[in-house]
Amino acid sequence: MTTYALETQSVVKTYQSDSGTIQAVDDVSLQVAAGEFVALVGPSGSGKTTMLSILAALLQPTSGRILLDGEDLAGMNDIERVSMRREKIGFTFQANNLVPYLSAVENVELMLRLNNRLDKAGKLRARELLARLGLAERLHNLPGQMSGGQQQRVAIARALIHNPSLVLADEPTASLDTERAYQVVETFAGLIHEQGRAGIMVTHDLRMVEYVDRVLLMQDGKLVRIYTGHEEIVELIQGSQH
Amino acid sequence: MRQTISIASYLAVKEVWRNRGRFLLVALVIALITLLVLFIAALGEGLGNGNREYISKLDADLIVYQAKSDNLIAASRLGRDRLAAVRRVDGIADAAMLGTSNVTLILPGDAEPLKVAMLGVEPGRTGEPMVVQGRQLSTDLASEVIIDQNTAIRSNLLVNDTLTLRVTQGTRDEFFELRIVGITDGQQYGLQPSVFVPFFTWDRIRPKSEAEVNSLTSVGNVILVKLHDPAQLETVSQRLVAQVNNIETATLTKAIQALPGYSAQQSTLNTQGGFTLFIGILVIGGFFQIQILQKVAQIGVLKAIGAANPVVAFSSIIQIVVITIIGVFIGALLSFLFSLTFPPTVPIVFNGTTSAIAIIALLLIGPLGGLVSIRYAVRIEPLKALGLSS
Repeated sequence: MTTYALETQSVVKTYQSDSGTIQAVDDVSLQVAAGEFVALVGPSGSGKTTMLSILAALLQPTSGRILLDGEDLAGMNDIERVSMRREKIGFTFQANNLVPYLSAVENVELMLRLNNRLDKAGKLRARELLARLGLAERLHNLPGQMSGGQQQRVAIARALIHNPSLVLADEPTASLDTERAYQVVETFAGLIHEQGRAGIMVTHDLRMVEYVDRVLLMQDGKLVRIYTGHEEIVELIQGSQH
Repeated sequence: MRQTISIASYLAVKEVWRNRGRFLLVALVIALITLLVLFIAALGEGLGNGNREYISKLDADLIVYQAKSDNLIAASRLGRDRLAAVRRVDGIADAAMLGTSNVTLILPGDAEPLKVAMLGVEPGRTGEPMVVQGRQLSTDLASEVIIDQNTAIRSNLLVNDTLTLRVTQGTRDEFFELRIVGITDGQQYGLQPSVFVPFFTWDRIRPKSEAEVNSLTSVGNVILVKLHDPAQLETVSQRLVAQVNNIETATLTKAIQALPGYSAQQSTLNTQGGFTLFIGILVIGGFFQIQILQKVAQIGVLKAIGAANPVVAFSSIIQIVVITIIGVFIGALLSFLFSLTFPPTVPIVFNGTTSAIAIIALLLIGPLGGLVSIRYAVRIEPLKALGLSS
């Protein structure tokens, strides 16, 4: 039997609005293994961002279970969820990723500080990780002194530095040009595979799924199709370009 | 908790340091508010002191007034015959006449004459202030005078100098020369520097109406009373009113409150000080609230990556406290430096206790003003702040 780093079971999220009940996520069950990088794709309003928020322990589902390393996020209170985000989840966002008054290396070290794990070895690891991401010369630059791509790479380092079980990326390439976008996703995928984390990337840009192991397609809140294997994914990319 | 405060301090200090221009600007605004509050407090202290200094330093427990004078010293008239009656009341250790009037001190050369309060006191009895230079007054009739420190500073007169007082008696200006035998510490009365003369000398040289010029009756304003046991204040006071005709009594505190304009002046200045503190709360609160509004996404990121609410709250509190301390320190330093440039005629007195109370109040306005912004920061939803909510 396979043990997954992340497993969701029949996750549902509904909202009440003036026009009635909106089913943002509808009975979604998925699994991601350690060392696996998957993409969550779908048209606007398909529920992928809501699903990502639930997986990031930022939003409680209406029903269903979200098991991260065997612990159910859905049954946790606010304090426990903050603790899970700090210890077991790494996150990169579309924009405003970094704390503007901390340098690149301080932003990465912040995750270790929050986890009370900032020691000499941690500091060294932060510098090495940034160097691997091509930022050795930018360690002490503030976010405002770096390009969008460089900021995204710092965010990736921050998402990985504390050895989380799950790494989430929300449209990590939204503000980048194509060349930078490919570089960022390729680096991200490489580190997730190498470090054995479960990685999920939400993207609307199907060209970016080239480096993932599986693609989960959401539509109207439902998980409608899973693309597995290189050929299926290449077909999906080519289909999106026509 | 230690870990929370450590991370919060780290974030707060980094943010202040990397945005030091902006935070310095706020600290300077707080410094200006501090300057204003301290000067209002010092002005209140200076004006209050100018009014009450002599009375507040009296070595007496009670003041006896003419009945129905509303505890106004200038409105009270008591003949010396009452003094004997007061001294006979059980429980009284000492009693002495006090006469008050305003005269002009003529200064040598072209110097502007100085208006002073001339107080008639009884040598060796309660009411005569202790000298810090020279000696006490010798007899009730001596042509001697003790001047207070304020008179000495403003007139440059010294012990053994002779001073000249100009007094209007009837319709004529009279000039009296007295020898300075001593100098006391500050003993202002009625917002004027003061000179102390023996009671009978005072009665001879004080300003008089035409009718009083040839009067043989010696009249002062009030009688100062010292008790054997200050705890018996109420009892002795009742005994005095019962045994001596046509008088009323007041404690020193009550007498100070009754000084003309004193209560109104102090309450006006206290209100001004209070309003300045209130404005300070609004200004600081406004700044930190705007700052939090600008940092919503940044706080959202911090919360999303696992910074707990106490980290966000303590970080804001530490920033507010640090900026307030820096601002108050700069303001206090500026107040001190400015105070050195004021001439002695300006009634500004930086009293330790009053300044300390003002500084504590100023240190509290930062956190008070920032409360709303801290509450707002704690309630920021990372989902909304990051634009992830549906």
